[in-house]
Amino acid sequence: MKKLGVFICHCGVNIAGTVDVKSVAEKIGKTEDVAHSTDYIYMCSEPGQQIIREAIREKGLDGVVVACCSPNMHENTFRKAVKSQGMNPYLCEIANIREQCSWVHQKEKGEATRKAEEIIHATLEKVRKNESLEAIAVAVNRRVLVVGGGIAGITASLDLADGGYEVILLEREPALGGHMAQLSKTFPDLDPAFGGLLSKASEVEKHPKIQLHCYSELEDVKGFVGNFDLVIRQKATSVNGAKCTGCGLCIENCPVEYVSEFERGMGIRKAIDMPYPGSVPNKAVINRQHCRYFLDGSCHRCEEVCPEKAIDYDQEEERISEKVGAVVVATGYELYPKEQLGEYGYGEIPDVIDGLAFERMLAPNGPTKGKIVRPSDGKVPKEMVFIQCVASRDPDRYMPYCSRICCMYTAKHATIYKEQVPDGQPYIFYMDIRSDCKGYEEFLQKTIEEKGLLYLRGRVSRVFQDNGKVRVLGVDTLTGKMVEVAADMVVLATAIVPSPGVKELAAKLRATVDRHGFLTEAHIKLYPVESSTKGIYLAGCGQSPKDISDTVSQASATASKIQALLSTDKLLQDPLIAFVDEGICSGCGICVEICPYEAREMDSHRGISIVHSALCQGCGACIASCPNFACELRNSASNQILKMVDTFVT
Amino acid sequence: MAEFEPRIVAFLCHWCTYTGADLAGTTRQQYPPNVRVVHLMCSGAVDSIYVLKALIDGADGVLIGGCHPGDCHYQTGNYKARRRVAILKGILQQMGYTEDRVLLKWISASEGKLFADTVTKMVDDLKKMGPNPMKQLWNA
Ligand SMILES: Cc1cc2nc3c(=O)[nH]c(=O)nc-3n(C[C@H](O)[C@H](O)[C@H](O)COP(=O)(O)OP(=O)(O)OC[C@H]3O[C@@H](n4cnc5c(N)ncnc54)[C@H](O)[C@@H]3O)c2cc1C
Ligand code: SF4
Ligand code: FES
Repeated sequence: MKKLGVFICHCGVNIAGTVDVKSVAEKIGKTEDVAHSTDYIYMCSEPGQQIIREAIREKGLDGVVVACCSPNMHENTFRKAVKSQGMNPYLCEIANIREQCSWVHQKEKGEATRKAEEIIHATLEKVRKNESLEAIAVAVNRRVLVVGGGIAGITASLDLADGGYEVILLEREPALGGHMAQLSKTFPDLDPAFGGLLSKASEVEKHPKIQLHCYSELEDVKGFVGNFDLVIRQKATSVNGAKCTGCGLCIENCPVEYVSEFERGMGIRKAIDMPYPGSVPNKAVINRQHCRYFLDGSCHRCEEVCPEKAIDYDQEEERISEKVGAVVVATGYELYPKEQLGEYGYGEIPDVIDGLAFERMLAPNGPTKGKIVRPSDGKVPKEMVFIQCVASRDPDRYMPYCSRICCMYTAKHATIYKEQVPDGQPYIFYMDIRSDCKGYEEFLQKTIEEKGLLYLRGRVSRVFQDNGKVRVLGVDTLTGKMVEVAADMVVLATAIVPSPGVKELAAKLRATVDRHGFLTEAHIKLYPVESSTKGIYLAGCGQSPKDISDTVSQASATASKIQALLSTDKLLQDPLIAFVDEGICSGCGICVEICPYEAREMDSHRGISIVHSALCQGCGACIASCPNFACELRNSASNQILKMVDTFVT
Repeated sequence: MAEFEPRIVAFLCHWCTYTGADLAGTTRQQYPPNVRVVHLMCSGAVDSIYVLKALIDGADGVLIGGCHPGDCHYQTGNYKARRRVAILKGILQQMGYTEDRVLLKWISASEGKLFADTVTKMVDDLKKMGPNPMKQLWNA
């Protein structure tokens, strides 16, 4: 028989104001195997812990129940306290009599007292059968995979590599940069972002600790924190990257042109081209869907002109296997798809464009060389309408959340427009203005005062084409008046949505996404850069919409969390995992099927199922589905649970 | 005679409903003290035998709380729970439980009030249903 100790906390009046702690301590003390039962005003305080430590020493306890707040609060505190006296920490359990008793039954003191007593009795049942356990040590691979080469992925990779860790960076496009490469100037300082981005990207390209795989995707992941096995699929660029110098002769000579996605449909590109001017890496890539060699074999121009003999039509996609210890998901965002909006003439009226298209128009290396002109006829627009919150903050029809950056980039857009077209008039339809970061409100006020931007509060009801103009109908809710603008051009600040394919990627990584597809963090406040799957970390707009400053901060936070994780070569894991009673297991294999972590395997030799302790996450799915009670969870075995149920019912 | 006070045994998953029940406390939601909580890592770990044992012992109701579909910390544990409960309900019918005494509910870590409301309503419903018929059998 174990010698058990029970320590009941008053938590000031939080518990003792409702539960009669003295009487509970007294009654519990009468239990046969309870050698010590006491109460104290704050068990978690140093004197409180001292009481526990002394009792363990003096009474030789070999099991402890602390009745106090939720185990989420102080389980660790008390396990450490008992450990200091040589007791195995897993022999200490928490009875939650605050969050789930005293706080929720404040008016029913008698019942709350009885309930607290029962909760302690049930917890005692658990402790009676708890085993001493040791944390499981697993070897760690100290390399990191970063998925997504936008500013988030670039920042995380550089931080990790500078910290001495090897990084594998995957980008599915042929070049680094993500959306930041499309931006003209950036709020709040109107700094041209492109130069800074390129220098960061080249640092990545040259860094001895970073292995860069562009035009690549993650095909398969197996394993767990500290030990992920990856398969990377590197698509064929049809150009030998080692030979290509980026001279551009091939591009000049290629006869095939098609609409450029990078230029948001406003420019053209060649079948062999650079991802964008000056891109990192600065290597040409053939788009096989458009290249005549691949379509009908009718053209070899690039091969003929390439001075370096870099063209390689026979190049095949490659599968590369790698091992890492942690993964950063930095997959970024897309804008709300045109096809799904079906409003504001988006996709139908050529002079209605989205924010990224306007960025390309403003960019000196863009399709109009930075000149603001109407896509339909090339004329300079004199009346410009900007509409904010398109498909954002509209829970009934579109996305319920705020996309966070549109207020600021719209102010930026209108400012740059006004600088370029001083006699033009920008109108901005908005719901309310959110400018809550450093320097944002000042930027906004300055632009409104200096540039004469006209802000109209209200939603736009209709946008239609009329006599060469784009008519915009809306209400100014501040004056209550209808507003009608015959605009030359309209820019929509459409919602930020997660990159396509993120759900599939998350499923491969066993990370979770919310109902909109943004990656979810382990805890929104306390663990904001960890996903709920150990070893998978988040950075950038794939987690939620944010500006560049926040993206970079988050990426650095992620990198430092990973550096802490990988600072040792052994990881300690909770031992509360599944185990098999080999005498009972009939080898039916149900658990192997059911385990979401591939932690169960048939030992064909012995005809029984085994547990890979490093893979098991302790969810208990196999336990509930084993028809023979052959597998159990350490310290939550079914006989323990059933005993607790007994205590609660009889 | 004192009013019948149903006894509920609740199996709550660590990541969502248990934490939601904690939040009910932190925000001082009040609900009847008829419920006793067993903490498990996932709703998918709720063995049918736990539920059957609770009912056979005489619990008037069993509550199983898990994460919303798609949110299970272990990917699909809650779907496993859903299937298991569906099957279990059929068996309970066969056993003579004509009323539905097993409630499977998705309650997230941020839904403290929903937890309190769920328990409150379940207690009301069970009061209408009356005691677990099995209990009378034992007492007969
Ligand atoms: C119109 C507009 C104007 C803006 N102006 C400003 C501004 O002035 N100032 C400011 O601070 N912010 C601005 N922003 C916001 C800025 O664009 C973002 O903060 C920033 O780009 C986020 O970086 P990211 O790395 O998280 O995402 P992204 O830039 O989207 O990068 C993600 C990368 O991941 C890659 N990827 C995605 N999925 C996969 C996959 N499965 N496998 C491999 N790779 C993948 C993508 O190809 C992409 O390269 C603006 C945004 C818009 C829309
Ligand atoms: S408890 Fe069972 S099902 Fe869950 S991870 Fe461990 S082995 Fe797999
Ligand atoms: S972790 Fe909550 S239901 Fe699986």
